[in-house]
Amino acid sequence: NKIENYVTSQFSLKEKLTPYEYVTGYNNFYEFGTAKSDPALRAHLLKTKPWSLTIEGEVAKPGVYNLEDILKQQQLEERIYRLRCVEAWSMVVPWIGFSLAELIRQMEPTSKAKYVEFTTLYDPKQMPGQKSRILKWPYVEGLRMDEAMNPLSLMATGLYGEEMPNQNGAPLRLIVPWKYGFKSIKSIVKIKFTEQMPKTSWNESAKHEYGFYANVNPDVPHPRWSQRRERVIGASLFTPKRDTELFNGYGEHVAYLYKGMNLRQFF
Amino acid sequence: MLRKKASKQQIRLLKTIVFNTCLIPFLLIIWDGFNDLLGADPIKTLHVRTGDWALRFLLITLLMSPLQRAFNVSLPIRFRRMFGLFAFFYASLHLAVWLVLDQSLRVDHMLEDIPESPYIMLGLLAYLMLIPLAITSTKGMMRRLGKRWVELHRSLYLIAVMGVVHFFWLTKLDDTEPFIYAVLLAVLLLFRYLTNKKINKL
Repeated sequence: NKIENYVTSQFSLKEKLTPYEYVTGYNNFYEFGTAKSDPALRAHLLKTKPWSLTIEGEVAKPGVYNLEDILKQQQLEERIYRLRCVEAWSMVVPWIGFSLAELIRQMEPTSKAKYVEFTTLYDPKQMPGQKSRILKWPYVEGLRMDEAMNPLSLMATGLYGEEMPNQNGAPLRLIVPWKYGFKSIKSIVKIKFTEQMPKTSWNESAKHEYGFYANVNPDVPHPRWSQRRERVIGASLFTPKRDTELFNGYGEHVAYLYKGMNLRQFF
Repeated sequence: MLRKKASKQQIRLLKTIVFNTCLIPFLLIIWDGFNDLLGADPIKTLHVRTGDWALRFLLITLLMSPLQRAFNVSLPIRFRRMFGLFAFFYASLHLAVWLVLDQSLRVDHMLEDIPESPYIMLGLLAYLMLIPLAITSTKGMMRRLGKRWVELHRSLYLIAVMGVVHFFWLTKLDDTEPFIYAVLLAVLLLFRYLTNKKINKL
């Protein structure tokens, strides 16, 4: 289904897009299995309409919202972002979505809200990968409030001009392009405003391997592999790897968030 | 006399068949490469497939002497060298993919990456240890080295362990595959340990 009425964005990269077949056929979405091809094969099991989003925690307007009602309030825009996976590959994807900051403002978080916690749907019938206990389900991710309010933070509902394919995290997913891909949680059913730092899935699974911040950083290697360079998905066999940039190249927009922080300690 | 000669020919034929069969994974990789069937991350696909076959041939090689002992036949041992060299062949391809495609032959990049990647270090070390085994795999070398040949080639068990650990370390979350290799290798090691014990007792 095509999406009508979206504007373009000043934040878009002017780079060659990763082919549609790879964006939608090469996915890490363990709710549907651990192989990259599993999500495209099995995500049809997910029912995305109707979809409700629960807002709770330190917020003035908690409740269960219908996603369609939320979308009516938002201006959709296309943003071409680089997605950098912690596995040292990257894609360039034309997402469609709306500003997370806008949604947060509408929900009016209280002064106690220091973090935003996101939760993916938990339903092993629709998400058969959840039958295996490789991660603690449901999948949880989180951002510091100022990170969530950053203009780059996007709630995406589509890509390549159409509604989000299920394997890419339909109907609503987060995109935080300066962080490794696993932070950009998919198929969100709940947003909670908290005082404490959320317990995020990968961090809980392996603390020394995946930090809470997970900012893209070529100088902080993963304990088992280097993060200096990345393979560009869709490039030819003999194309050299690309040099990974600090904050995935989005430093001018986000570096201020981490001023004075030791990025090796808070990786 | 005639019978023995015929059996020699049969073995030669069998060896040709086995040799060509061992080449099939390689030919399939080449085929997929030329037909654009290697997927979104073709370098990773090449890496995984050559690495898988290197490990598989290591295990097959290590299976030959247990087979000989278990069934008291000499045929498997005659194929041990071929399988061992195929393990070396696929491991060499695996390394070549890393050197040429992954690192684009940039020595400076390799020197940066190696210390940051324990699994690459281990894989390289395992490969280096395979080289002397490949060099001394001939009958002539076997004769010349005598007892020391056996000792030297025992290191193949250690190399296989390193290969499996290498696989574990590069795996992100789902350890099923390396676990299967670990179990198979453990069975082979255990069999060797138990039968050696028996022989020592005798």
